[in-house]
Amino acid sequence: MDELLKILNDLRPNVDFTTQERLIDDMILDSLALVSLISEINEVFDVTITARDILPENFNSAKALYALIQRLEDEE
Amino acid sequence: MQNNILNYLRRTVQRVPDKTAFSDGTNSLTYAQLYEQTRRIGSYLCQNGLYQRPVAIFMRRSPDEVAAFLGTITGGCFYVPVDEEMPSGRIQLILNNVKPPLIICDEHTKEAAEAFELEDGEVVLYSDIVQTEIDSAALEQVYRRAIDTDPLYIVFTSGSTGVPKGVAACHRSVIDYIEQLSEALGFNENSVFGNQTPLYFDACLKEIWGAIKFGGTAYLIPKNLFSIPVALVNFLNDHQINTICWVVSALTMISAFGTFEVVKPEYLRTIAFGSEVFPIKQFNIWRKALPEASFTNLYGPTEGTGMCCYYHVEREFLPGDVIPIGKPFPNREILLLTPEGTLAAEGQEGEICIRGTAVTLGYYNDPARTGDAFVQNPLNTAYPEFIYKTGDIGRYSETGDLLFVSRRDYQIKHMGHRIELGEIEADVSLLPEIQMAACIYDAKKKKIVLYYVGDIAEAELTAALEPKLPRYMLPNKVFKLAEMPLTANKKIDRPALKKAYENG
Repeated sequence: MDELLKILNDLRPNVDFTTQERLIDDMILDSLALVSLISEINEVFDVTITARDILPENFNSAKALYALIQRLEDEE
Repeated sequence: MQNNILNYLRRTVQRVPDKTAFSDGTNSLTYAQLYEQTRRIGSYLCQNGLYQRPVAIFMRRSPDEVAAFLGTITGGCFYVPVDEEMPSGRIQLILNNVKPPLIICDEHTKEAAEAFELEDGEVVLYSDIVQTEIDSAALEQVYRRAIDTDPLYIVFTSGSTGVPKGVAACHRSVIDYIEQLSEALGFNENSVFGNQTPLYFDACLKEIWGAIKFGGTAYLIPKNLFSIPVALVNFLNDHQINTICWVVSALTMISAFGTFEVVKPEYLRTIAFGSEVFPIKQFNIWRKALPEASFTNLYGPTEGTGMCCYYHVEREFLPGDVIPIGKPFPNREILLLTPEGTLAAEGQEGEICIRGTAVTLGYYNDPARTGDAFVQNPLNTAYPEFIYKTGDIGRYSETGDLLFVSRRDYQIKHMGHRIELGEIEADVSLLPEIQMAACIYDAKKKKIVLYYVGDIAEAELTAALEPKLPRYMLPNKVFKLAEMPLTANKKIDRPALKKAYENG
């Protein structure tokens, strides 16, 4: 989780990702930020997030995103 | 001869009054409705004695906002779009420069609009002024008095001193642009556009006027869909969208994560992109998914009215290759000039300069900065002729196509936006705690990196910048230094910063 928070904070230094729950709905992470975020997660966690996973419910909070990463890690 | 861009609308509304002109998927306007609303707004301006004045439009991206633009022109004025996405400090700078007698807002933006300081202007609701009774006689008089060198809009772009620059473009430049662009991309009555770009840049001219000229339809795609690739492609399919002109990062969002394995855009035939380099790997995914579609690279600065050059991608490109800028549209010329003001020798690099009707009127209320960039054509000493110096360095390939090489200064392209690193530095330096600040750009990871010396913590500095800069201009990494590296003549040593950054 710390590793994920570090990636997120690098992307948007001034957002408190431990409390935010509307990252997509409020467009704190726009599509342009998402592209670099997903690429970085795929690389760092060695998972493959695909279009099917890119849904608001998976990206609205760091917690949800971490759960997605863990699901994908388990599948592999 | 067409001397007013509204001529497109007048012709189209006769032909296809009941066809949808603009829609955001929820709200839409037919050509007849659009025409009526523009005439009501134009009549409001006439009634209030506003003619040839800048009118600020501060509304959410919607068909009504487009109608407000066109209504402003119908009244013989020109529009200045501002947007909620801009920090309020930036909007205030724009209003200080333009001094609009009127801000047209909607219910969502009213409160924010009323908070601005206006020297001598008022804020009105779109929903109120669109009730104005149409004064056909007054509007006809405005239409007949039109001169095609009068301004149509002012859009603001990043300025290195911290104050954005307002690029003013006239009717003639935009008419010329739309004629050439439609020809090159094959727009017609059956074109269904999917607009991605915000309406406060010149990028949206393609869809707005491309649709109006032919009686096509333009969808303003809701911004949040660009974060949900499968839903985005479903939107394209639901509305049978066949033509898109998007920034590369929006296209990459779809191709990079296997969207095409889930759903493919069924109707898309014309795909144009620009503003940044398209990674060939991503481009080839698009091409493989849509082998029947045409792909066109567009290039052009706002000061040259929309796009200026185009390149139809018709051959294979391999990873590492760069898609050329190509050739200028007809009726404009690219001059590659040396610092001495002569033409660059064959195959040599030079600054890309634009000549022709596409050159805009200059920066509004800003003669100094206009004079720096809009200059007399050095190859012509016989009569006044302004060219625009883009600051981009280019050269011609063996096949005669123009290639982008680099920037002359500290302007970057980040997430599809044109940004002066100097503007970020200027805003940082305005903070009382800051002694020195410098930005570099990590083009590989697409990160703006800020270094500073001053008595403020990194997180506090970022927080202080938020109300001043648009989100896409906020530094992605901030480092506090005890001392700024300087060159022998006491300038900030940017190469040293870059080196330190690369070495971690």
